Order: sequence, then structure tokens, then C-alpha cells
Amino acid sequence: MLKRLTTLAAAMLVSTALHAEPVEGGRANVVIQPEPPSLMMGLVQNGPTQMVAGQIYEGLLRYDEKLQPMPQLAKSWEVSEDGLTYTFKLHDNIKWHDGEPFTSADVVFSADVFLRETHARLRTSLEHVESITAPDDTTVVFKLKQPFGPFLGIFEAGTMPMVPKHIYEGTDYKNNPANNTPIGTGPFKFTEWEKGSHILLTKFEDYYEEGKPYLDEIYWHVIPDAASRAVAYETGVVDILPGGSVENFDVQRIADMDNTCITDKGWEYFGPLSWMWLNNREGPTADKRFRQAVMYAMDRNFARDALWNGLGKVATGPVSSSTRFYTDDVNQYDYDPEKAKALLDEMGYDGETVRLLPLPYGETWQRWAEAVKQNLGEVGINVEIVSTDVAGWNQKLAEWDYDMAFTYLYQYGDPALGVARSYISTNIAKGSQWNNVEGYENTEVDALFDKAAVAVTAEERQTLYTEAQQKLVDDVPVAWLLELGFPTIYRCNVKDLVTTAIGVNDGFKDAYIEK
Amino acid sequence: MLRFILMRLGKAAIILIAILTLNFFLIHAAPGDPAAVMAGEAGAADAKFIAQLREQFGLDKPLLTQLGIYLKGVLQFDLGFSYRQQMPVADLILDRLPATLLLTMTAFVISLLLGTLAGVLASARVGKWSDTAISTLALLFYATPLYWAALMAVLLFSVYFNWLPGFGYETVGANYTGFRRALDIGQHLILPATTLGLFFMAVYMRMTRASMLEVSQLDFVKTARAKGLKSSIIQRRHIFRNAMLPVVTLAGLQAGQLVGGAVLTETVFAWPGIGRLMFEALAQRDYNLLLGVFFVSAAMVLLFNLITDILYRFVDPRIRVA
Repeated sequence: MLKRLTTLAAAMLVSTALHAEPVEGGRANVVIQPEPPSLMMGLVQNGPTQMVAGQIYEGLLRYDEKLQPMPQLAKSWEVSEDGLTYTFKLHDNIKWHDGEPFTSADVVFSADVFLRETHARLRTSLEHVESITAPDDTTVVFKLKQPFGPFLGIFEAGTMPMVPKHIYEGTDYKNNPANNTPIGTGPFKFTEWEKGSHILLTKFEDYYEEGKPYLDEIYWHVIPDAASRAVAYETGVVDILPGGSVENFDVQRIADMDNTCITDKGWEYFGPLSWMWLNNREGPTADKRFRQAVMYAMDRNFARDALWNGLGKVATGPVSSSTRFYTDDVNQYDYDPEKAKALLDEMGYDGETVRLLPLPYGETWQRWAEAVKQNLGEVGINVEIVSTDVAGWNQKLAEWDYDMAFTYLYQYGDPALGVARSYISTNIAKGSQWNNVEGYENTEVDALFDKAAVAVTAEERQTLYTEAQQKLVDDVPVAWLLELGFPTIYRCNVKDLVTTAIGVNDGFKDAYIEK
Repeated sequence: MLRFILMRLGKAAIILIAILTLNFFLIHAAPGDPAAVMAGEAGAADAKFIAQLREQFGLDKPLLTQLGIYLKGVLQFDLGFSYRQQMPVADLILDRLPATLLLTMTAFVISLLLGTLAGVLASARVGKWSDTAISTLALLFYATPLYWAALMAVLLFSVYFNWLPGFGYETVGANYTGFRRALDIGQHLILPATTLGLFFMAVYMRMTRASMLEVSQLDFVKTARAKGLKSSIIQRRHIFRNAMLPVVTLAGLQAGQLVGGAVLTETVFAWPGIGRLMFEALAQRDYNLLLGVFFVSAAMVLLFNLITDILYRFVDPRIRVA
């Protein structure tokens, strides 16, 4: 299976490399699930919102598969040598969808006023910013308090979407009626939303990049049942299934259809990494040897091949291999039940039952929990699976009411953005699950992450992050599972859909349909 | 009659408020809350951010205060605001109501008509092969899980034969108007409405058949036969009319569920109705929306119970006199 998928992916690469002139016109039919609560990306940052609204709103930059910045609203940028001043030059012919010009004042308003109030993730990064100014209409300058390594990585649309100042300034953002008719600068504009049925976006004729976009319209189909989404592709109603649209056991069947291509690219910026939280505070999981035993006991290759169709990679540690400063120079935990048993004997594990919380995101995750239970059972660990729904799972994690719990989180391209948060001890606090939920405390690791975030050169940062990864992998604060592969499935005549590190989320700018 | 209706309406109002209060506490007893779910979907939030959301939604107030605020709103015909969907609850419900009514009413009519008809036919041919066939089919419909039947119907009629659309309310992006649109919606309606109607069709059939047989043994039917009335007249005027009472009761029960939507059917067939709205609201702990849907569907159950009671009086003159 893995081989076949890889062949398919390779075939796709070749076909993109040889592609002809883009074709204008046509309609893309895409699945969206679940239905986004809102399309105002400055207010709501969940996955489905970003997938649809990522065609409506834009950030200053995009990122390629290697996470290198690419121009978007900014046509060029400069970073001062001390790493404190970032200057962006904007395109000078950008219009909002309502015809108003987009200027540097919109950037200052979005970043410094609007998003500081509404965007939980961005505002943590903005704490490093001293000032945001607009010397002229097409120039924006960000001045930092101290160097912040990942700074150039926070200008993607989902992290820093540009919102129109002329619509939002001085209003109650959350209750602004304009939220229902989002106005952005992106290649597609909002046209219609039949709740429960579909969302229609149409080509923005005044888009600043000559000739783009190629498609006339995008229909996003809201289909709540995974089996029905598969049927929608099989019967030709939709042509694009973004990652996670169908259950994993349906992927192969659909990938076998004629004129069907599949790729697991387009997730590099997110770098979704799955792991089990292990409660470091109490019970057997508080013992390092137990946690190491868990790592040795799990057959993660089986999980990848049987449950994830061979897509994705076995995780080597806290950093995803697509994220910057990743290293595989760490202790390896290969599947070795004997080693696990020896560790359990050494610590004197008495068979105390541990509670395992699966991720309530559908069949694959449920089965994965069962596979882990079986693996751990084979080395003598008693596991009880405690099932709950999403809201209950949130609460149990936020209240630290678990022994082991599945999760996966995004890394946003840099350890300072998406990795450190789960391991530094200053981030231990009840009430949230985007912090150090496991309760791991290690002052050395804290210091390494702190230094690495503000170090100026990439070499310096690499050295510090390598050491941090090595220490973490030895201590096993959580049990890393897989770098998840979410396959995007589409008809092969849809070209250039996945060209950036966020894939379909901003992919329709370049996509076209070959006749 | 008017007094009867007014008294029943008064009782219904009290029951409705009791139901709302009970629902309110039930929902809040479930783990998690909308602030945490919304923060969860955004993929990042610190405790401070979640606390801000709670404050904004009024979730930081004591539970009884929240209940008071909610009930006060309901008494003023204000079902509140859905923070997740950024829209008033009433608008969200009204938006989905037509699709749900179309689906459930069609299923209602299909099941009532076909079910009763099959029941009458079976009762007239007791013990013959057609009776056995109808009864077996009814048993099958009765016992088949809706979810499975729906998937099989899609597989057969949509994927395999490609006769009917497998999901959705209409062909998205076709921009049909007028008669063509009605036809398109009709085609989309066939599978979900039939699947949804199967269970009740079976119930009506069994109920009608049993009731017809029971009534046909009663003395007044014997009298009618003895005085030489034609069998078809006895069937129609004497047996059928009397046998309909339990069916009307049942129809009232089914009708009460019309507005609540059909969670499973709407989910499998991507039908944009209230059942799905409710299911999503539950998963996301969208308290106001969930309570709003419960309120509307509880009100409908009460309303249809009332209508059933009034209908009794027409179907059976004895009740009118009593």
C-alpha cells in the first residue's frame, strides 16, 4: 500500500513538473467538514474556517514545502542584522473585495489592534513585538523587543490574516454584521452560504496577481457523514477530498479509482504530530522507566501501516521532521517488548490499571487506542479505555484527569511556536490543553527552549534545539506516536492544488482544471 | 371545546418551562463547555483566553442566574444567541425548518398512507401468502437499523444504479429554478424520506392490521354482517373507522417529532435540517442553540398531542360526548 501511494505521489510530482499552461475557468467541488462556524478568519481559527476562508483572506507571506517564505501581500521583505527590525514592502495595487484599496494601515490595524484582541495563538508571538508602524502606504515595519527566531514564520494567513480596517475599526468585532459577508484581499470572494448545504466562493476579478486565480468558482460541500463524503467523490459530486475527509479505511479504495491522485504534502507548516499525554504527576506514568516502557511496547509501524495506510512517519521525538530544527540524533525507541518488560520489572510495576483516553475524532483513533491497549497488555500493562466526546475530552485534559491520553497538535513550522509550549514548566496550568498538560518539569529543558527562541542565528538555534530534543527523548514526558499523514485526494486533472506548506488551505490561488 | 383547549394550553406552558429547566441542568451536567470547545477548535488558547470567552458568553455567572436569564428571554420569545455560529438561535432554527419539515412531513405521509393501506390489505387476507409477505416485510422494516438501511439505500440506488442522488437537498451549483428545482429537490427527497418512513410504515401496518382484526371480532360487526351489509361497507364504515383510533394516537406521536428533525437520516443524507443542527450543537456544547431546538421540538410534541386529542373527538363521537 505504502509503495502504491508513493508511486501515485511520484506520478503526481512528475505531472506537475511537466505541466502545461494553466487553463482558465471551471469550478472546483470540494468537501468541507465539519461546517465552519464562521468564515471571519480574524475571529475564528479552526481548521474548516481556515480551509475555506484561506481563499478569502491573506497574510503577508506564504511558505513553500521547506517552510521558506514566499511573497503574498508583501512582495519583498528585509530583516535587519540584529534580528530586531522586519520591513515588508507591499504590492501597490491590492484591493479589498469591496473595492477599497489595501494599504499598510490595514496591516497595522490587523496585527496591532484587531488580532491582538481576538487571536490567542498570535498574541503570544506578538508579545515579542515593540511596535508596528507604517512609514508609507506600502511599507510596514515590525520592531521587536528582542530577537525572536520564528518571527518570519508567523505571517501565514491562518496566523496573521489581514482584516479590513475600514470595516472593523471602532466596532464591536465579534458582533459586526460584516462577519457574515467576509471581505478579504484573497483570490476568491465570498458569494453564498447555505448553512448545512454549501458555501460558494467566486473569482475576485481585481486580484493583484495578473491572471490569477484560474478557477471561476469553488463550491464547498458540507457533508457530515464520512461514508457519504466517500460516496460524494465516487459519484462525481465532489472532486477534491482534503486531508481527513474520509475514514482511513476508505482511502485505498478511493485512491484506486480512475483519474484519482493522492498526496500527503501540504501539511508541512502544521506538522501534525500525535502523541499520548502521560501524566507525569502521579501513578505509574510518573516513573520515567514506565514511560520508556510504553515507548518500547508500542508497535508504531503497525499503527502507521494498518491504521494510517502507510502514510505519515514514526515520530522520533517532540519535533516533527517537517518543522525547522528537527533532529533524528536522539535515542530511538524501536518496538521491543522485551526491553519494555525489563524496564517494568526494574521499576517494580504492580499491574496498577492505567486509564487511556482515546481522541474522539472517529474510527481510526478509536482503533488506535485499542491497538495501543493490546500492545501494552502484551508487556503486562493493564489499560482501561475511557471514552468520551470532544467536549468531555477537552475537559479531562484541561483538568489533568487522565493517565494516558491521545492527542495531536500542530507545530507551525518552528519549535518556539508549536513545540516548547507542551514541555516548558512555566506553561503548567490547569484550564487549557495547549500547554504542558503532562506536568513535566526540567529546568535544563526550560533554559534551552528559552535561549533557542531568542537566539539570532539558525546555527545557534539548531544546537540548542538538538540538545533539548535529546533530553526530552530520554525523559519521555509524553509518548510520541506518528507524524500524521493526511492525504488529499483529488481528480488528477486538478493541477497545482497543493503547492505550499499549508496545501489546500491556500491552494486555490494556483489551482486549475485541465480540460 | 374552547375551554378544553385553553386549559390544555395552560398546562402545556407549565410543562414546557419544566422541560426547559430540566434540559438546562442536564446540558450543564455534561462535561465541557462551549468556550473550551471553541478554543479547542482554534488549536491554541491559554486559560486566560478561555476565561475571557466564558465571561463573554455569560458562563462565569452562577448556574441559577444563567437559568433565570435564559427563561426570562424565552418568556419574551427570545431564544438567545449562538456564540459559536454568531447568529440568533431563532434565525438558525427558522433557517433549517423548511428542509426538516419537507423531509419529515413526506416521511410522515408516506409511512401513514402506505402503512395503513398495507395493514388493511393484510387484515383482509389473514393467513394468505400476501398477508405473510406484508407482515414479514413490515417486521424487516421494523427491525432494520435506520443508519444501515440508509447506507444500503445510498449504495444501491446512488452508487450502484446511479438512479437517485445520495445526499444533499438539491444539486449544488446547478442553479435550477421553478419546476426544475422542485423536481430536483423531489429527487433528492426520495431516499431520505423513504428511509426515514420505513420504521413508522411498519408500525402503522402492524397496528392497523391488529386493530382491524380485533375490531372485526366485535359484536357490532357481527350485527352488521347479520343484517346483510356488504362486506366492503363493513370494512370501510364499521371496522376501519374504529380501528383507526390507535393509529391516530401513533400518528400524533410521530407528528410531534416532525420538527425535531431526524438526526441520523439528516446526517447520512447531508440533509440541512434541524436534527443535524441539534447534533452539532450537542457536540459543541452550544447551550443556547441546543436548548432552542429542544424548546421548539418539545413545544411541537405538546401541540400535536393536543391536536390528537381534538382529532379523537372527530374520529370517535363517544369521546366527544364523554
